[in-house]
Amino acid sequence: MQLDEFFVTGDPLIYGADVSIILSLIGIIFVLTKYKKWKWLWNEWLTTVDHKKLGVMYIISAVLMLFRGGVDAMLMRAQLTLPNNEFLDSSHYNEIFTTHGTIMIIFMAMPFLIGLMNVVVPLQIGARDVAYPFLNAVSFWTFFMGAMLFNISFIIGGSPSAGWTSYVPMAGNELSPGPGQNYYLLGLQVAGIGTLLTGINFLVTILKMRAPGMTLMRMPMFTWSSAITCVLIIFAFPVLTVALALMTLDRIFGAHFFTLMDGGMPMLWANLFWIWGHPEVYIVILPAFGIFSEVISTFSRKNLFGYKAMVYSMVVIALLSFIVWVHHFFTMGADASVNSFFSLTTMAIAIPTGVKIFNWLLTLYKGRIKINTAMLWSLAFIPNFVIGGVTGVMLAMAAADYQYHNTYFLVAHFHYVLISGTVYACFAGLYYWYPKVFGHKLNETLGKISFWIFVIGFNVCFFPMYFLGFAGMPRRVHTYAEDTGWFELNAVASVGGVLMAIGFVIIVYNIYYSIRYAERVKTGDPWDGRTLEWSTPAPVPYYNFAKIPDVHGLDPYWQIKKEGKQELDIEEERLEQIHMPDNSGVPVIMSVLLFIAGFGLVFEWMWMAIAATIGVIVTMIMRSFDPDEGHHVEVEEIKEIERNVRRKED
Amino acid sequence: MSHDEAIDPNQPLEFQTEKSRLNILGFWIFLGAEIALFGTLFATYFVLTGRLADGPGPSELFELRGVLIETFILLTSSFTCGIAIHEMRRGSRKGLMIWFILTMLLGLGFLYFEIEEFIHYIHEGASLQTSAFWSAFFTLLGTHGAHVSLGIGWMTMILIQLARNGLNSTTARKAFIISLYWHFLDVVWIFIFTGVYLLGMVM
Ligand code: HEM
Ligand SMILES: [Cu+2]
Repeated sequence: MQLDEFFVTGDPLIYGADVSIILSLIGIIFVLTKYKKWKWLWNEWLTTVDHKKLGVMYIISAVLMLFRGGVDAMLMRAQLTLPNNEFLDSSHYNEIFTTHGTIMIIFMAMPFLIGLMNVVVPLQIGARDVAYPFLNAVSFWTFFMGAMLFNISFIIGGSPSAGWTSYVPMAGNELSPGPGQNYYLLGLQVAGIGTLLTGINFLVTILKMRAPGMTLMRMPMFTWSSAITCVLIIFAFPVLTVALALMTLDRIFGAHFFTLMDGGMPMLWANLFWIWGHPEVYIVILPAFGIFSEVISTFSRKNLFGYKAMVYSMVVIALLSFIVWVHHFFTMGADASVNSFFSLTTMAIAIPTGVKIFNWLLTLYKGRIKINTAMLWSLAFIPNFVIGGVTGVMLAMAAADYQYHNTYFLVAHFHYVLISGTVYACFAGLYYWYPKVFGHKLNETLGKISFWIFVIGFNVCFFPMYFLGFAGMPRRVHTYAEDTGWFELNAVASVGGVLMAIGFVIIVYNIYYSIRYAERVKTGDPWDGRTLEWSTPAPVPYYNFAKIPDVHGLDPYWQIKKEGKQELDIEEERLEQIHMPDNSGVPVIMSVLLFIAGFGLVFEWMWMAIAATIGVIVTMIMRSFDPDEGHHVEVEEIKEIERNVRRKED
Repeated sequence: MSHDEAIDPNQPLEFQTEKSRLNILGFWIFLGAEIALFGTLFATYFVLTGRLADGPGPSELFELRGVLIETFILLTSSFTCGIAIHEMRRGSRKGLMIWFILTMLLGLGFLYFEIEEFIHYIHEGASLQTSAFWSAFFTLLGTHGAHVSLGIGWMTMILIQLARNGLNSTTARKAFIISLYWHFLDVVWIFIFTGVYLLGMVM
């Protein structure tokens, strides 16, 4: 292979990206070396197994991915603003919508939520870590390395361009030659390992590591939503693993699963993809429901209305999510009875979802509502998500879907559910739990400004798309003619897109600003919270709880506060030593090797893939022989730490 | 609470620590994911049966004799694996190791016959590249075979640890978990035997 085929050449945008990547790398290396931070980086972050630190790394990576996906989005809006625009050519445009969709769902939405799960779930259930801290680190690093593998495609080898759904024959060798599509297959495959492990890890954590007295029906709603999400992950992700592996076999090893020749069946891919894909969209919405439930209940100062109905409706949603997948291809040749069946199951999902909406409204009803940024995101979610859901039901009518399918109407639908559901929830969760991790709040003024700009921008951007859809504008086209009449609404949408970008920049700036200027919070409970995470000091000591709390009901910390026995008296309390897991460098090394193996397969350099795979096996053997006994934190050390964090509070 | 290490002597060795109980539960859940994985491969296989392009069909190539040998060997290995755990429960490290070694040898025997069978098919003109049907066949069987190979490697590691560290709650847990894995592969094989071979021969 020639060097100029290896690196993507010829496009000034890409050269700009090359330069900025090299400059930031040099910058990072320089800063780490100058301030002698390499050792710190390795000991405190790269080898950590602490769920809070892993959570923070997940969230930072997710924000970076939101930036990358956001740049893609801006490029697409720039291209579509004017008719017959020549800014991006069609193949470049194809690459951009493909990486945008894939990154936003797999490398932004899921990791952001999993990051919040990492930070919050053990604290909410009164545990000192997750069930398998080591595996948790493996999860993070495989996700991260998978994301990196996918992301380098745009400078090395070229990006995939067959859409995030990668339908064949588009994604097959004939129509997508070269490494691009391989990046999709291997990046997702590597990251998928981590997601599956997270599912198992958190399910066991939630089932087995709750504080004494916390029965299932006393779990906070975010923990419930995480548990159900884990079940979805455990049964959906293996399907993706297989689907990706089969397409890899087709593309690299000449198999015939999805090919047009030799008996292959392109529709098999569509089915496998969506058998995973629909549960996947619920994997990114259920935790969001959990976050909104926590925030709305806290700032309405009421317990959640209809707790049980909330739980059951999530269970029903999860079950139904496995039997609706055909609604993504009503138009692709299924007969009327099949379409009718999937039409009905799809509409049925709207029922439990509606139940939840009413529960949130009734939680607000007669609450002593406190408006702040986290609450604003949650309040905006309700009407916006209803719009997304109602248009979903419109799409669910198979006959009508022939009209809407693959138009901008669909684009508007899934952005209304994914942005006003998942993304708003990520921001709400960020503002809500940020002080728990970092010991200061994010600035409220900047928070509110960014909220309004983003939410207005979002509606300006995506509401017109419903009408573009009615006007017949298909999705995934790189330009349109002047006489289509689509120009005005597209221009409006682009304005909205710019507003969202500004909102995002303000949110990121707010993090910087708050680190520098925000007042440190004096207690671990800045919001007058209800659940156990607020009973710990902020920032949380690495062992979380000096003493595991006893739980006597729903909203246990609220109860403790009401009964007035809030403070844990460190001097009086009989503490015991705490057993904690040891750090390990294996997860990061293993994931780097997986990255190399994936990279080898992308370019079909088998020697590289095989060598790195052997390396992965060696790391697994190392792990098997590692006694991994962990270490103890002595009572004196605990007291010292607790005195320090609590001294601040006086 | 240093509950991670509290020993509960009323339980079998492999269940005595909290960590062991968590790991075993997690492994059961992992097997749930494996069921989803093999379920998808089986579904793919059934969807693609009959899509032979110009290649040979299963009934021309499948031979009962080899398959019966493979089945017999693998089922026996599940049995020896069961005895190994039984020996472990009796506290006999030697028994456990001997029966594990037997299990591994049977696993290797299974792989030998399976690879031989694959080579035979390839000689007869049926490979991964021949047709959708054979792609699905080799992928399903290959995934199972890769699991068996991994299981053999894994069991080797555990045998070394048993030899070095003796039988304690950690090694007992590891031995128990690999036994779950091994039985699971056997169950998958039963579905392969009936769903792939028996059906393939009559159709
Ligand atoms: C009331 C609930 C919902 C209903 C009835 C519904 C219905 C539908 C239907 C019928 C389609 C396919 C339309 C077509 O291709 O023509 C679709 C697409 C989609 N939905 Fe939903 N949906 C609902 C909620 C959600 C949620 C909560 C999410 C994610 C958070 C979501 C994400 C998506 C995505 C990403 C697509 C398009 C994927 C693509 O083709 O690229 N939906 N929805
Ligand atoms: Cu769907």
